[in-house]
Amino acid sequence: MEQQKNLYNGPAAAAILAAGISCMALGLFTTLAQAIGPLKKALNLYDPAGPLSGKTTFAVVAWLAAWIIFGILWKNKQVGFARVFIASLVLIALGLIGTFPPFFEMFGH
Amino acid sequence: MVITWREFWTVIHGMGLGSLFFIAFSGILVALWNLCPERVGVEESLKRVRQLGIAIWSTAIILWATVITGTYTVYIWYRAQPPAGADLAQFPRSYLLSSPDRAGWHTFGMEWKEHIAWLAPILVTAVAYIITRYGTKLVEEEKIRKATAVIFSIAFFASAVAVAFGAFINKMAPIR
Repeated sequence: MEQQKNLYNGPAAAAILAAGISCMALGLFTTLAQAIGPLKKALNLYDPAGPLSGKTTFAVVAWLAAWIIFGILWKNKQVGFARVFIASLVLIALGLIGTFPPFFEMFGH
Repeated sequence: MVITWREFWTVIHGMGLGSLFFIAFSGILVALWNLCPERVGVEESLKRVRQLGIAIWSTAIILWATVITGTYTVYIWYRAQPPAGADLAQFPRSYLLSSPDRAGWHTFGMEWKEHIAWLAPILVTAVAYIITRYGTKLVEEEKIRKATAVIFSIAFFASAVAVAFGAFINKMAPIR
């Protein structure tokens, strides 16, 4: 296909990094909400669903914002894909740790 | 034989949408991993990329539908606060927390499930975008192809945790 000639790896790196940032953001919001009472209340965007509504909404906002920013920055660029991928895996791991109850419950109930 | 509206939605959320992802997962992962032309030939690889695009976007849509219906319907019924003197069996979260033997299903199981589930659609959407964006070029881009397979596998792990705890919790304290 003509449009697939000269494709750079930047857009793929941007998509993966943005997903990693979003995972980390969800872990961060989950842990901070546990530690900081007023933040937990602030994340309560829709009362029947509780703070989960805010944590997930802002994680999605962080994802889209990161994707737009890195998507524009790396649109026509070759980046160090392996480095970006490893950084993304670290961010995803932080997200998994931050959303793991034995971890975030250490910061309060 | 009667099924309530809430039971129906719980089935759609878990058995319908959640299990569809499980069915799609193995096929997509094998297709992703085996895209390299030296294994299946150039023609077959190109054909598989097109099929993969349809399958992966369908999966992403299913996952978004699963977490949205989960958070904004089933989870709301799950965490509803019982009025004084109410039968706790009708209020799953309160029912689980009312006994130390059952509390872990909420404090560990549900707390993990409700958060980790959201990682899956985000990761799978990134994979779907890459497959669509790179199309047949993905056959030559080994690093990107393998990275998407890893990301997709992490999404599967997140979904597996959510689906497994969803099934157990609904067995312990069903939504009625």
